[in-house]
Amino acid sequence: MRFALKRLAGLVVVLLAASFLVYGLLYLVPGGPMAFLLGNRSGTPEQIAAIRAQYHLDDPFLVRYVSWLRDALTGDLGSSLVYRQEVSALIGSRVATTILLVVYATVLISVGGVAMGLLAGLRGGRVESAVGVLTSVLLATPPFVVGVLLVIVFALGLGWFPVFGAGDGLLDRLYHLTLPAITLSLASAAFLARITRASVREELGREHVETARARGFAERHIVRRHVLRNASIPVVTVTGLNVAGLIAGSVVVENIFALDGLGSLFVRAILQRDFAIVQAVVLVLVTAFVLINLLVDLCYSALDPRLSR
Amino acid sequence: MSLLSIEKLALAVPAGGEWKTLVEEVDLTIGRGEAVGLVGESGSGKSMTARAVIGLTPPGARITGKILFDGVPVPSGRALRELRARRVAMIFQDPRAHINPVRSVGDFLTEAMVTNLGVPAREAGARAVRLLEEVGIGDGARRLRQYPHELSGGLLQRVMIASVLAAEPDLILADEPTTALDVTTQSEVMAILDELRRERGMAMLLITHDLELAAATCDRLAVMYAGRIVEARPADALTATPLHPYTIGLLRSRPSLERVARRLPVIPGRPVAAFEADRGCAFAPRCEHALSSCGAERPAFDGTVACSRAAELTLQGES
Amino acid sequence: MTRLGGLGTASAVLLAAVAATTLLAPLLAPYDPDFPDLMNALSGSTAAHPLGADALGRDVLSRLMYGARTTLIGPLLIICVSTVAGTALAITAAWAGGRVDAVISRLLDILFAVPGIVFALVTVAVLGPGIPGVVTGLAVAYTPYVARVVRSAALRERSLPYVAAAWVQGRSAFAICTRHLLPNLRPIIVAQSVSALGFAVIDVAAVSFLGLGVQPPTADWGLMVKSGLDSAQRGQPLEAIAAGVMIALVVAAVNMLGDRLGRRR
Repeated sequence: MRFALKRLAGLVVVLLAASFLVYGLLYLVPGGPMAFLLGNRSGTPEQIAAIRAQYHLDDPFLVRYVSWLRDALTGDLGSSLVYRQEVSALIGSRVATTILLVVYATVLISVGGVAMGLLAGLRGGRVESAVGVLTSVLLATPPFVVGVLLVIVFALGLGWFPVFGAGDGLLDRLYHLTLPAITLSLASAAFLARITRASVREELGREHVETARARGFAERHIVRRHVLRNASIPVVTVTGLNVAGLIAGSVVVENIFALDGLGSLFVRAILQRDFAIVQAVVLVLVTAFVLINLLVDLCYSALDPRLSR
Repeated sequence: MSLLSIEKLALAVPAGGEWKTLVEEVDLTIGRGEAVGLVGESGSGKSMTARAVIGLTPPGARITGKILFDGVPVPSGRALRELRARRVAMIFQDPRAHINPVRSVGDFLTEAMVTNLGVPAREAGARAVRLLEEVGIGDGARRLRQYPHELSGGLLQRVMIASVLAAEPDLILADEPTTALDVTTQSEVMAILDELRRERGMAMLLITHDLELAAATCDRLAVMYAGRIVEARPADALTATPLHPYTIGLLRSRPSLERVARRLPVIPGRPVAAFEADRGCAFAPRCEHALSSCGAERPAFDGTVACSRAAELTLQGES
Repeated sequence: MTRLGGLGTASAVLLAAVAATTLLAPLLAPYDPDFPDLMNALSGSTAAHPLGADALGRDVLSRLMYGARTTLIGPLLIICVSTVAGTALAITAAWAGGRVDAVISRLLDILFAVPGIVFALVTVAVLGPGIPGVVTGLAVAYTPYVARVVRSAALRERSLPYVAAAWVQGRSAFAICTRHLLPNLRPIIVAQSVSALGFAVIDVAAVSFLGLGVQPPTADWGLMVKSGLDSAQRGQPLEAIAAGVMIALVVAAVNMLGDRLGRRR
């Protein structure tokens, strides 16, 4: 419990620092926040005055930061200059797509990566070498290349999947999200497979496994009760880190498949220099990233009794 | 008929494209309820010999010779698992490494009872508490819920002993059971193991580098050097009138309370493994009585000693 | 070279060949990378254009040769900056210990909490789309990646007797760090930087793919995958496949080298 509280405190510090960084960085724009806020648009004096008032640009920097943070904590993330809408509403309508994509990819990674790793670790020999080559190839291919190749082969070539769009209804949405989720998951699944293989191999050679053999247990029993349970500790950690990484990866994948999620919103906001959205999306992404890392740490200590004190 | 009989056992492992011999020409018997000590330095092949009995040799090892348990050759597959589960149990040197750290003590103790002997979980728990009591661990119910890292090395080794007793085997293979423990708990743990084993009439093969410990616990001793047995006799005879120069070296190099020594005598040189030994007697390069003929031909083990000068030498034992 | 093994050597050769080709691109490329041969736009593989021509009729092979420049220079810059900064921070932290170490470690943790590509996008938002923003963001984001590993290695190294010996001889802290510590840490630093280079190539190309890195009409592999995706929808996937395969090959070669260099320690 104390461990969890300590980690929670660390999380708050990281989030505060990240929010300060994000808020502060945007003031480093050449020409100051005003140039940034107006972007390529020229404003009438009234508009400029309105923006100055909306963003409290006449207040000192720290005061502005604190009030922005207070608003953000209460769910008020400001409003978009381009969309003329509340940022929280813009994010809210898109976050579901991103979450569904990340969850879908997480399932694919956990199932595919662990299965590949177990197969390689327990079978050894040719299976192991084949998985080794496959994971090297997958790790070297950037997600956006994987995505484009998948589109070329399975959507344009074979016509099995739709090219773009999100679909309606859960099943149709999942169908539309299949290629994106595979794109997002391949590299992470490869990495997870490697970790799984390595930890299964290591556990198989451990002394306590020798004890289990000496006690006459069947190999299946040993693998299930001793090898998998112990090897799961690094595997869970890496899965968690991977899921956190998926949040960043979703930005790219959503843009390949023209999915209307947080990532697409983010990239468009950068191109359109939409101040409030950029800040808000970064804050959401970093929060999710850090939260998942915290969850992983908690799982980790639950799995390993040596740490749960 | 003896419980375990090993004849002409040889064991080699593949390493870098060739076979490295670790054990050669080993003959050994253990009767029911008997305790036999297998003594030697690290690399002498004593541990491999014990492991061969329950097929726990390294993958790819080449084993020749005969190992008969209760008159039957050591099987493989399902029958081997049955043998390990019910008849021959092993105690390892380092309980900290040899007990799964993420499973509780209770899991460790009841796992074999439930899986191998079909004891219901609740009853297995109760039996585990009684066994812990017997090895001198009180408050068993609480201990069962603890994890290995919460117990000291000495306590963990008692847990390991309890787990072995639970299976009621005919033979216990104890591989340096006290070496990894604090000096203060060593004799305690050894005494518990020996007492409980005697009560139950279980035989034991004690593997150790400590000749004195082996002599105190075992009925008969076999001394191994470079993968071979160099002397095998009843424990008291072997320590009183050792026949092999290596045995006396081992006896002399141990500190004693009765003897004041300015400096402990050591056996010069370093121990060799079987595959490193020359054509002649493997101990000859380190032996103070060696003649040039000792390096020419390897002395055969006659059931008592393997030394070509055994008859002419009168060696002094522990005096 | 023998120490790299067969695959390691092949990787080094591949990277050298890519570097040589792109440096000599003006001599080797069959066309000006920006020359629009509109008659052949979206042509498949022909004698005139072995890898076809893109939507604007530009020769894909020539653009591939030139495109390695932006694809590789950005990541190399990122790795140089983050390696120097990360090593300096790590050695300072390991040497000073105590509060300095705590502050630096915390700082690195915080940087680590933001995924690299998000960091790059934030700096691009500030500095505007283009290589400077990407390189700045990723250089900062990659610093902890190098620093963490070097710090723990430096802590280990620092406790070794030769450091104490040099200290007793009256060497300055700076001299010990640069003359003794650094050379001993070099294998670790090199291995870590090379493996970071693989990630950097992927991240930079991804940002270009998003349209926030290298700007058209410059030839760049990430951009070529993006424009290739449009061409593929119009029936001509060659550009996207060619550029994608090149990126994957280069990253695979870099990863293999990093793996081999790391294994030698």
